[in-house]
Amino acid sequence: MPAPIKVIPRLALIAAILGVVALIFTYVGGWVSPRRISGGAVADVLQAANGKVYPGFRRAHAKGLCVSGRFDANGAGVALSRAALFPTGSTPVIGRASTGGGNPLATDGRNVFHALGLRFALPHGEEWRMAIDHTPIFIVSNPTDFVGLQQVSIPDPKSGKPDPARLTAFVGSHPETKAFLDYMKTAPLPSSFANGTYYSINAFRFVDAAGTSRFVRWQFEPEAPFAALDKATLDTLPENFLFDELLDRVKAGPIRWHMILVVANPGDRTDNATVRWTGPHRQIDAGTLVLDRATTEAAGNCRDYNYDPLVLPKGVAASDDPLLPARSAVYSASFRRRAAEGPKPDAISLERQKGDRM
Amino acid sequence: VSRDPTRFALPARLLHWLMAALILAMLLIGAGMISTTTARYPELLAWHRPIGLAILILALIRLAVRVTHRPPPLPTDLPALQVAAAKGSHILLYAMMIAMPLIGWAMQSAGGYPITLRKGVVLFPILPHMITVYGMLRVVHGLLAYAFFLLILGHLGAALFHALIRRDGVFESMAK
Repeated sequence: MPAPIKVIPRLALIAAILGVVALIFTYVGGWVSPRRISGGAVADVLQAANGKVYPGFRRAHAKGLCVSGRFDANGAGVALSRAALFPTGSTPVIGRASTGGGNPLATDGRNVFHALGLRFALPHGEEWRMAIDHTPIFIVSNPTDFVGLQQVSIPDPKSGKPDPARLTAFVGSHPETKAFLDYMKTAPLPSSFANGTYYSINAFRFVDAAGTSRFVRWQFEPEAPFAALDKATLDTLPENFLFDELLDRVKAGPIRWHMILVVANPGDRTDNATVRWTGPHRQIDAGTLVLDRATTEAAGNCRDYNYDPLVLPKGVAASDDPLLPARSAVYSASFRRRAAEGPKPDAISLERQKGDRM
Repeated sequence: VSRDPTRFALPARLLHWLMAALILAMLLIGAGMISTTTARYPELLAWHRPIGLAILILALIRLAVRVTHRPPPLPTDLPALQVAAAKGSHILLYAMMIAMPLIGWAMQSAGGYPITLRKGVVLFPILPHMITVYGMLRVVHGLLAYAFFLLILGHLGAALFHALIRRDGVFESMAK
């Protein structure tokens, strides 16, 4: 054994080496970078803006029901992507129709933002998951702004409502957010889940069999004729009218949308979901989404999936849009939390139980 | 085959250093990916799954090597408490190397996720889709990762203690 006098500096060296390893770990984990935004941090601010945590529910798009059916590809999409979804044939689909917001019991009249989560089950275990919205543009262009917007939406503990001055200030400094809010206010919004167009929101990179890469956005255009929601009578509508309408409509027959692939023109923004692609574009109708079943979440098999838009098959990849990885990370954080809490019955099931008791 | 009884067998040494690099990378990837919403998140996640599977396969090979190759004996003057700590921590290290990838695989299965190793290559699930099981395993996976990191810090500290303070050949049995 060495003389004791040499032990102290050597112990110090060991402590220093261990300290450096621990420091690298804490740096990589973000504990010394408070400005880094984690998926969990965004879930936190969503919870704060909701005013409370609804255990077992998604932190956004909390209210939903299950749909299922198939996608009938006509083969035309092969021109843009080698994804297994596009060769002529049929792919099973399950999905979830939802309204925006974090309150699973919100009334549909107050919550006019529609979305569709879809899960296409491709051969060999591959999947394509989508989370598509009925607006062609998103409300912010990046995760920092998303957090900023949620922060100004946090209800004041005294009044129970967000401070309108803070929201006005945010909108004033974010013209893209104003454009979205104006769209929601002035554009005719679909009166049903079934008669609106759903947009991919973000651009994606499609790769064809020859390896050629193109930026693409897509939209599901309904066969059902568009009918506009009467925004003046929203408050008088039953609380689950939107979901009940979908359940009834599917009973009468399948609902169809055409998947329209829109190829970016040179100069189109592929990294900013608040900017629309205007003017003529190459468009390809790749096939038909047929939804022939709708059930409550409790009865269906859609609730317990995470419609992460970065679960993509070969032939489709993320674009450089900063919202895409953020959506993926935040959906995962929300999924982790609600999974640990355990799923709870949805609003429509609760309404039916109440009805049964009466 | 005769070999130097004071050193670990060559396959054991190769597996140790290869896996040391992979496991350290894996812990950093895991901690890094959940810290961010940038494009690093999907990039790191895409690495996390194939490296995890590689660690599982290598750990099983390593377990077989450990069973078939006697490790060099610990120094006879090592205090009983340190002998117990050495043996106990190595059992835990092996348990972690095997359990962590299995829990990751099982939790992604229970979460209903495709377990994509690389674009177009999807691993089969080892549990049915059950969100509550996902929720539980996901918590365990995260907590065990921190425990694994602390265990590795302890292992490194003990190795350096043997190398610099005791200078008893234990460090060299793996490092030389």
